[in-house]
Amino acid sequence: MVQPSSPPNPGRRKFLSYATSFLGLIGTAFVAVPFLSAFKPSARAEAAGAPVQVDISTINTGEMMIVEWRGKPVFVVKISDDSIKLLSQVDAKLADPSLETPFQPEYAKNEFRSRKEGIAVITGVCSHLGCSPKYYPEPGSTDFDPDWQGGFFCPCHGSKFDLLGRVYAGVPAPTNMEVPPHYFSKDNILVIGSDGVS
Amino acid sequence: MAANEKNPGGIANWFDTRFPITDLLERHLSKYPAPTNLNFWYLFGFLMIVVLAMQILTGLWLMMNYTNTAEEAFSSVEYIMRDVEYGWLLRYMHAAGASAFFALIYLHMFRGMMYGSYRKPRELIWVGGWLTYVLLCAEGFTGYVLPWGQMSFWAAQVIISLLGSIPVIGEDLATWIRGDYLISGITLSRLFAFHVVLLPIMIIAVVFFHILALHEIGSNNPDGIDIKKHVDKDGVPLDSKPFYPYDITHDIYALGVFLIIFCSVVFFFPEGGGYVLEYVNFEPANPLSTPAHIVPSWYFTPFYAMLRAVDFSLFGLTAKFLGFVTMAAGIAIFAALPWLDRSPVKSIRYKGVLSKSFLAGFVISFFVLGYLGAVPPSDLKNLLAKVFTVVYFSYFLLMPIYTRIEKCKPVPERAPEH
Repeated sequence: MVQPSSPPNPGRRKFLSYATSFLGLIGTAFVAVPFLSAFKPSARAEAAGAPVQVDISTINTGEMMIVEWRGKPVFVVKISDDSIKLLSQVDAKLADPSLETPFQPEYAKNEFRSRKEGIAVITGVCSHLGCSPKYYPEPGSTDFDPDWQGGFFCPCHGSKFDLLGRVYAGVPAPTNMEVPPHYFSKDNILVIGSDGVS
Repeated sequence: MAANEKNPGGIANWFDTRFPITDLLERHLSKYPAPTNLNFWYLFGFLMIVVLAMQILTGLWLMMNYTNTAEEAFSSVEYIMRDVEYGWLLRYMHAAGASAFFALIYLHMFRGMMYGSYRKPRELIWVGGWLTYVLLCAEGFTGYVLPWGQMSFWAAQVIISLLGSIPVIGEDLATWIRGDYLISGITLSRLFAFHVVLLPIMIIAVVFFHILALHEIGSNNPDGIDIKKHVDKDGVPLDSKPFYPYDITHDIYALGVFLIIFCSVVFFFPEGGGYVLEYVNFEPANPLSTPAHIVPSWYFTPFYAMLRAVDFSLFGLTAKFLGFVTMAAGIAIFAALPWLDRSPVKSIRYKGVLSKSFLAGFVISFFVLGYLGAVPPSDLKNLLAKVFTVVYFSYFLLMPIYTRIEKCKPVPERAPEH
């Protein structure tokens, strides 16, 4: 078999091999861009994130309405006066009762986590693994908590939240449920997905 | 090259001078030297090849009638079940085939763990097999999403959200994988592409590598002896028999038994009591309502139990991320086995009482975690899950210690009853 004779200028050969490999790598990186970008949310998926508008006058006190925004459920709860009293009592059981973590717009860092008194607006997605927690407004003994004060319970991994979506301490979910950007265009017309003009 | 000398003008010889087909078949099939002391634990690899072929065939046929959009997916599965001739059979075979594949691969892996089949020089065979298992997990998960029922949707939501727990890049990564802000038709469509093209190609390639590597090195055996130490004048191990006709007859007999069980499931219990096909998944996906009890497929429940067991934060890392890491480690750690085992012997038959106890502990924890992952959580069950997660990992992590200090029995030179 013919053996390759050693090249007359090994340094130059080596340089050419490295230069070719390097350019090849850069080319590969450029080719990867369209493939990786095609994985991102498309223009249509982004457009689906447009704000939605709902009339909240139909919700009775103590009830919840589920509004779909960006494919996620948004819980709109009209909180009863009885529940308001209970809310301050659960503070001790919560991980972040005073809303220190920025999981709401600045204007919703208040008693009701919304722009309006007596109304809570919460993205109904558990901060653990994205299940949608169930609404258990009635205080009393339940399967998951003998001393339940009313709120949300996630069926997937047992995370507990109060009526304002504030997370209990010692459950899988690490943070409060988020408050989406929202504003009231009229007294009873809630717009979810936009901060509005303030 | 073993050209056909008997009939130089024959058609076999024509091929052999152009492509060594006879040599290839003899080396990998008919004359492959299988150890004489193989037992029933050595049947599952063959059965998996049959199941793989069946999954490809039924999958191809299902794909002809399935629609991969959020609007149509669920009804197209109903259409397959009700209007396509024998569509129900193709779907039940495919669903039961997935469960069978996992049952077989778990038995096959346990065989390797018992008899030390991962030990030198079979490390790459083991790692290739492990990679097949990981790909199969991905294949099982993506396939599970396709019918777009309630369980499909929420399983996809939970699994992809797990990526969101990775610090810093997590949320963007999850959005990137989903192609949307929440699981949607866009996600369904890409998981479909993975399920029917990318993953099957990878699985076939890795299985091919696994078998090729095995045939170069040769099979291990229940005694963990090296049969290549004693060979006849042709270099064939004395303690071996050719695959054809000796091994293939065992395999085909086993296939008969397997098919009786498999067909019983397909024809009489196609839903497998909710384990092959889950009842919650007979409802179309509803992004606004999570089912009351969300459970993964049975073959993922041990790892799901580990995920749930981690409910504490540590070193500033969230419980969610730690749970994800624990779950991933539970699957990944199998790959490290060849380097964790320091025993002078391969097979459990000659290992000491420590190895036997830890292996038993591993098996028990696998089953207990599998049960815990399938039932709703409670405080006691969560504690049990924590304990058995520790038992599970101790089999692996303490292995370098207990395999070194225990007293082993001497391994015979030749296979027993040779």
